[in-house]
Amino acid sequence: MSFLVLENLTKAFGGLVAVNKVSLEVKEGEIFGLIGPNGSGKTTIFNLINQYYSVTSGKIYFRGIEITSKKTFEIARLGIGRTFQKVRPLKRLTVEENVMAAAFARETSFEGARKVASEVIDFCNLTEVKYFRAGSLPIAGRKRLEIAKALATRPSLLLLDETAAGLNPSELDEAIEIIKKIRSQLGITIIIVEHIMKVIMNISDRIHAIAFGSTITEGSPKEVAAHPTVIEAYLGTDETLQGGFNA
Amino acid sequence: MKDINLKFFTITKYEQIIILLTIIIPLLFYDSPYMQGLFIFIMMWVVLGSSWNLLAGYTGQVSFGHAAYFGIGAYAAGLPFMHWGISPWWGLLTGGITAVVLGYLLGIVVFKLRGPYFALGTLATAEILRIIFGQEEWLTNGHNGILYVTTWVDKYPYYFIIWAIALATVFSVKALMKSKAGFYFLSIREDEDAAKAIGINTHKYKNISMAVSTFWAGTAGAFYMIYMGFIDPEVVFALHNISIITILVGIIGGVGTIWGPAVGAIIMVLVQELFRSAFFGLAPQWISKVHALVFGLLVIFVILYMAGGVVGDWDLIVKKFRKFRLKKATK
Amino acid sequence: MEMVLQSLVSGLLIGGLYAILGIGMTLIMGVLKIINLAHGQILMVSMYITWTLWYYLGIDPYLSIFISVPVIFFLAEAISKYLLNPLIEKESILPENQVLMTVGIGMVLVELARSIFTSDYRSVRTAYSDKVWHLGKISISFPLFVAFAFSLVLTAAMFYLLMKTDLGRSIRAASQDKIAATLMGISSEKITIFTYGLGSALIAAAGSVFLPVYYLYPDVGPLFTIKAFVITILGGMGSTIGAIAGGLVLGIAETFGATYISQGYRDAFGLFIFLVVLVFLPGGLKRFTKV
Ligand SMILES: Nc1ncnc2c1ncn2[C@@H]1O[C@H](COP(=O)(O)OP(=O)(O)OP(=O)(O)O)[C@@H](O)[C@H]1O
Ligand SMILES: [Mg+2]
Repeated sequence: MSFLVLENLTKAFGGLVAVNKVSLEVKEGEIFGLIGPNGSGKTTIFNLINQYYSVTSGKIYFRGIEITSKKTFEIARLGIGRTFQKVRPLKRLTVEENVMAAAFARETSFEGARKVASEVIDFCNLTEVKYFRAGSLPIAGRKRLEIAKALATRPSLLLLDETAAGLNPSELDEAIEIIKKIRSQLGITIIIVEHIMKVIMNISDRIHAIAFGSTITEGSPKEVAAHPTVIEAYLGTDETLQGGFNA
Repeated sequence: MKDINLKFFTITKYEQIIILLTIIIPLLFYDSPYMQGLFIFIMMWVVLGSSWNLLAGYTGQVSFGHAAYFGIGAYAAGLPFMHWGISPWWGLLTGGITAVVLGYLLGIVVFKLRGPYFALGTLATAEILRIIFGQEEWLTNGHNGILYVTTWVDKYPYYFIIWAIALATVFSVKALMKSKAGFYFLSIREDEDAAKAIGINTHKYKNISMAVSTFWAGTAGAFYMIYMGFIDPEVVFALHNISIITILVGIIGGVGTIWGPAVGAIIMVLVQELFRSAFFGLAPQWISKVHALVFGLLVIFVILYMAGGVVGDWDLIVKKFRKFRLKKATK
Repeated sequence: MEMVLQSLVSGLLIGGLYAILGIGMTLIMGVLKIINLAHGQILMVSMYITWTLWYYLGIDPYLSIFISVPVIFFLAEAISKYLLNPLIEKESILPENQVLMTVGIGMVLVELARSIFTSDYRSVRTAYSDKVWHLGKISISFPLFVAFAFSLVLTAAMFYLLMKTDLGRSIRAASQDKIAATLMGISSEKITIFTYGLGSALIAAAGSVFLPVYYLYPDVGPLFTIKAFVITILGGMGSTIGAIAGGLVLGIAETFGATYISQGYRDAFGLFIFLVVLVFLPGGLKRFTKV
């Protein structure tokens, strides 16, 4: 039984087909990269998986259950957590309260939620800002808070949408470290969208490349990076690619 | 005095002092039914303001139609009396429940709307109810209203009834806000879509917030019927005098704070009465004409300079005051 | 048949009046992105200005437009500049802060009027107040007709201003996209202040021509505010044509409802349509037009 399956997934906004018959399978335990140029439909695919948008056609299965017509909150409870590319902290709540609100997805007691939140906050290196208002965090903190909120719902699948964008090199390393830990320590399957090659090539087991909403290719990072269309349509010069691999 | 820890919430020592004061102060005015009446109204507005605050201040659903629930609560107490002679006192039980049912039904419509559209939707539903209750005379006796000879002349029993309701309202909000539901309300207020993504059934929790809020508003309405002995649609479903004033009470005291609406209620009633009575006859008579005007100006001032209300911006107010005193002293 | 026709004519005439209310509101909603709950109250102030000029100086209500409009324009600009704009950057728990501010402003205006003029009903009696034209069996009230004609002129003028002048283009740009407009070199602050003034000036003019038709008392303000937002939502926020359509629909719905269903429910029909549109037709009648 596959973990997550997208079958001919299609989304049209009026005349614009943002996602066009994308099919893919994610295996339990892997880090699955999703790449594509700006506006190619990556975020839209995430929005379809958690039913933030309703699908135009196609089907989504999670652990064998069709989730295509479930509600967003139900999908979160089934075990799919996500981060938002455009971060959405609950601004006037503290970091701890943000994470607690998410933790209540599995916990019913105040103390239980607080305990889960505390663990997740430590895990995401947010301990120092635990009692800060989420709205006052700098971007790196907000990105990690996105991950923390998603983790607090105790997902088995995590969708990470450009959680490394806009970070400086040291923050970037911290983020990569956390993402790796999520799989190695928590055993959570990850689909990751990322523009920074250093990140995606480094940590993905397999990569799925799309452009203009349609699949270009899928395979190991090496295979995908070598694909002529990917190089042409997306990666540009080989240099960036090389740099990514060496880093 | 020490904090009292109960299962669902804590009564801090400050709150214990407040509770004591709300018992003692009214007793000091044992020979003034006028003052007792004021205290009763303050408590009624505490109930309305806190109930609105749960839905608007904590859950972010800014209702402009709380009169609908206050009104239906009042009629839940009054109608069975008018038609069948059943004591309006039952309204203290049925008023809240009727309001919850109404809230659920109206919620089917208004919860489809967001932000300012929700505000307008709630306003429209309350106005429609006001008109219906004025027109359907066979059911409601229309604008002639419902009359009931009140049970007691003495005001103290009424005061302690509404006092108990007010405390129950405030502490139910406090308990809720310390629970999972409270966190969910806040999440919905901050970002409804982000809330869904962390597994919150936003629709369900908006309805829960609405249910608790409308329950207390309806109970306040039933109390009004019992206490005043007269209701008519223009009074209990009033857009300005109920729905809007409820909002303003919340804003002045501080939306999204436990004690804000209570403080707002005190300020609202006191400001209005001080001016209405021309500072108990000490000021020139024309001042009594501007009582509502002063309150309106106060609202503008608060929105401009203390967006968090008196309770929400308390630290800021204290700081400003200290600075001001410092300046005076150095001069 | 005559009754239907009479209702239709009366509804259209009143709808024309409502259209000005709606255009002012839709302008403000489109650009400031707020619901102006002081709208009818500003109209009421204009009516009191007009009434005072007529009562004490004998100035014809139609002429007092030349006074009420500029007065209200500057009053509204001040409101927008000193009370509404400062709230944009202020952080507050409820995003509806500006809307709540308009509630406060509306309340102050009503209470100010009550303090000065008391709650008494007032009206102006002019030579033409009771004048009625008869077209066959259908009667048309002269002041209502003047108000209607005046609405048409104002509407046309507004349309010209918005569509054909640079100022209008800036306003429309600001209502589409504030950031883009700022990039184009339009000061979004100036435009919002001006728009609030303009929208209010429109209803100030309306106030002067309404006075021979409507009774005047302080609480007439909130009544018109509700009508104004009903019309705006009906028509679709930010759409001039929509506001006209919304005004006409409301006028006709009210008249027919009052004639054929119940006079007492007159004010409820609009609210009911309003709810239906809000829930089932978000975007309003504007969706059916290209403008
Ligand atoms: N709600 C929406 N309504 C209309 N069009 C949309 C909507 N959301 C996305 N789109 C369009 O769908 C296309 C895909 O957008 P999407 O955000 O999924 O791209 P992306 O791959 O995530 O890009 P980026 O790398 O910039 O984040 C774009 O053309 C975008 O404009
Ligand atoms: Mg994206």
